[in-house]
Amino acid sequence: MSDINEPNPDKELSAQNLPGQRGDHGEEIRVQRGMFGPKNGGDTTGYGGLVRSVRLPGPATRPYGGWFDEVADELEGALEEQNLLPDNAIEKTVVDRGEITFHIAREHLVRVAKTLRDDPALRFELCTGVSGVHYLEDKGRELHAVYHLRSITHGRLIRLEVSAPDSDPHVPSLVSVYPTNDWHERETYDFFGLVFDGHPALTRIMMPDDWQGFPQRKDYPLGGIPVEYKGAQIPAPDQRRSYS
Amino acid sequence: MTTPPAAARETTEGPVYTVTGGDWDDVVQAATKADDERIVVNMGPQHPSTHGVLRLILEIDGETVTEARCGIGYLHTGIEKNTEFRNWTQGTTFVTRMDYLTPFFNETAYCLGVEKLLGIEEQIPDRASIIRVMLMELNRISSHLVCIATGGMELGATTIMIYGFRDRELILDAFELITGLRMNHAFIRPGGLAQDLPPGTMDQLRELVKTMKRNLPEYDKLATGNPIFKARMQDVGYLDLTGCMALGATGPVLRSAGLPHDVRKSDPYCGYETYDFDVPTADTCDSYGRFLIRLEEMRQSLRIVEQCLDRLREPGDVMVADKKIAWPAQLALGPDGLGNSLDHIKKIMGTSMEALIHHFKLVTEGFRVPAGQAYVTVESPRGELGVHVVSDGGTRPYRVHFRDPSFTNLQAMAAMCEGGQVADVIVAVASIDPVMGGVDR
Repeated sequence: MSDINEPNPDKELSAQNLPGQRGDHGEEIRVQRGMFGPKNGGDTTGYGGLVRSVRLPGPATRPYGGWFDEVADELEGALEEQNLLPDNAIEKTVVDRGEITFHIAREHLVRVAKTLRDDPALRFELCTGVSGVHYLEDKGRELHAVYHLRSITHGRLIRLEVSAPDSDPHVPSLVSVYPTNDWHERETYDFFGLVFDGHPALTRIMMPDDWQGFPQRKDYPLGGIPVEYKGAQIPAPDQRRSYS
Repeated sequence: MTTPPAAARETTEGPVYTVTGGDWDDVVQAATKADDERIVVNMGPQHPSTHGVLRLILEIDGETVTEARCGIGYLHTGIEKNTEFRNWTQGTTFVTRMDYLTPFFNETAYCLGVEKLLGIEEQIPDRASIIRVMLMELNRISSHLVCIATGGMELGATTIMIYGFRDRELILDAFELITGLRMNHAFIRPGGLAQDLPPGTMDQLRELVKTMKRNLPEYDKLATGNPIFKARMQDVGYLDLTGCMALGATGPVLRSAGLPHDVRKSDPYCGYETYDFDVPTADTCDSYGRFLIRLEEMRQSLRIVEQCLDRLREPGDVMVADKKIAWPAQLALGPDGLGNSLDHIKKIMGTSMEALIHHFKLVTEGFRVPAGQAYVTVESPRGELGVHVVSDGGTRPYRVHFRDPSFTNLQAMAAMCEGGQVADVIVAVASIDPVMGGVDR
C-alpha cells in the first residue's frame, strides 16, 4: 500500500499530459460551474455539476532567474534607500512565461515607477501604456491596471500590476512620471471605470462623453442581435454557447 | 467673383462658422470682425487631410496655432471587447482589422502572444516564421508607401501619390495571391499560418522585388532633393529625444531623433536576429528626417524579403505539429473554390474517427490556453506594437489589449504643432502617420 502522505499524482504539476493547472497552485480568481455556459434555462448537458477553479500563476520565490533577480534587488534596494519597506510596496512578484510581474500596492505606485525610471541601474525610461483587466469575481481586487515598462538602456521589459476594488476604483496616475500614459489612462478609465487620481484631465476618449457605463467590464454586455442564416436563428455572439 | 462668406450662426459660445472649401482669408476676415481674439478651428473628423476620422481642435491666432488637441474615437469598433467572445483562432480575424494598413503586424503580434501563453514558441516551424517575416516586411513597404503617398498628396504633390499607390498595388497583388485577400487577411494563425504559399508565388515575389528595386529610387529622385518638398518638411513637426521618450513615441518618430531603437534588433522575434538589415536613423527630429527614414526602411525591408526568398527554397510545415492546437486542415483549391482539402475530408470521414473528433472539437470549441498573461511587441511600421493577452484557461481570450503605436504617437501632435503654422499641422500629423483604425480600435 502506498503511503497516504504521498502527493496525489493528479496534483503533481510537473507531470505531463494533465489538463491544465489543477490543485491549489496559483491564485484563484474564479470558480467555474458547469460547462458550455448556458445561463438561461436548465442545464440538460449533464455537465452542470462540474466545478473548476480558475487560477492565475502565483507568487514566485527567489531566485527568479536571469536578470530578474538583479532588477528585483536593485528595486528593493532603491526603495529601502527611500525608507520604504519593499514588502509594503511590492505585494508579490510573479515569474511566468519568461516575464516578471511586480504587484505593487497602489498607494506606492508613483514612487515605485519614479524609482524604476530614474535609478541608473534600472532605467525603465519607456512606459508602453496601461492595460486594464476586470476580474469580475475576484472580490476586493476586481480591477487591475497593468503597465509594461521597457528599459532601452538595459534591454529589459517588466510588468507592474496594480489592483483596486470595484467599490473604490482608484489608482494613482502615472502621468507625472510617464506623460505618455495620458491617453492610455483615459482609455482605461473609459473602458473600465478605473479612476486615475492626479490625471490632468481624466475624460472619456473613445466613447462619447455622455456614455453610461464602462464597456470592457466583464458584466457589460457585448450586445448584438440574432441573425438568420440558412433558415436558422444564430444568437448574438454573447448569447452563443461558450466552452470556457 | 467672390466666394460667399462662410455660414455663421450664433451660439452661447460665440459665433460658429461652418467652412467647406472657399478662401481661408474670407473666413479669417469674417471671424476677426467678431472682435474675439481666440479662434477655435475644428479640423475634421471628415477633413480629407487628417488621415481618416481624426478631429483636430486648433486654437489659432492669425496663421499661428497656439493650442492643438486631438479628438479621437470616431472609429472605435470595440475589437478588443469582441475578441473576448470568440475563440483564440477567431481572434486573428478581428485584430487584423485594427490598423488596417498593417494587418500582418497585428496578426503576428497577436499570434505571438497566444503562442507565448501556450508555451509553443519553440515549436513554430521555421518556414512559418520565415513567411511571417516576409509578409511583415512586404507589409512595411506597402504601409510606408501609403504614408509617403498620402503625405505627399497633403502637400499638394499628386504625382508622388500616384506613384505610391501604384507600387502599393503591386504588393497587395502579392498578398492577394498568397492569402486570397488584399487586406484583412487573417492568414497568420496561432501556431503558424492558414496555408502554405500557393504555387507560383516565388516567381511572382522575385519579380516583385525586381520591380520594387527599380521603383523605389523614383521616390528619391522625385522628392528627396525637391526644394519645395524640403521647405515644407524640414524643421516641421519637431520632437526631440526627450519629448519622444516622455510621450512614448516609437518607430520613425523616435528614430528621427537619433535613437536606433527597433524591437527587431533589441528584442528579436520570428528569428529577426538571423537576418541582415540596418536600422536607419536621422538627427533632424523633423518630418523630413522621418520621410528619409521611411524611404531607407523600405530598402532594408526589401533586403529582408530577398533573404526570406532564399530561405523559402526549402519546403516545410507551416503549422505546429501538436494536433491539439494546430488547425486540422490546410486549405486546398477545389472545383468550388478554396476550402478544406478533399484528402482531409476523406481522412476524417472515412478512415479516422480520432481525426474527426479532433477536427470537430477544434473547430467548434477551440483549444484551451493555460491561465496567465503575456506581453509581446513587434516593430510595426509606426513603432512598437504591443499586445497584452490574458487567459483564464478557457477557449476564449479573457482580455486582449493592443498598445497601438499610432495611438501613442498621436499624443505628440500637440508638442509638434503648437507655435507653428496651420499649414504645418498637416505635415506634422502626416509625419506621425496615424491610422485611425489602430488609434481607435
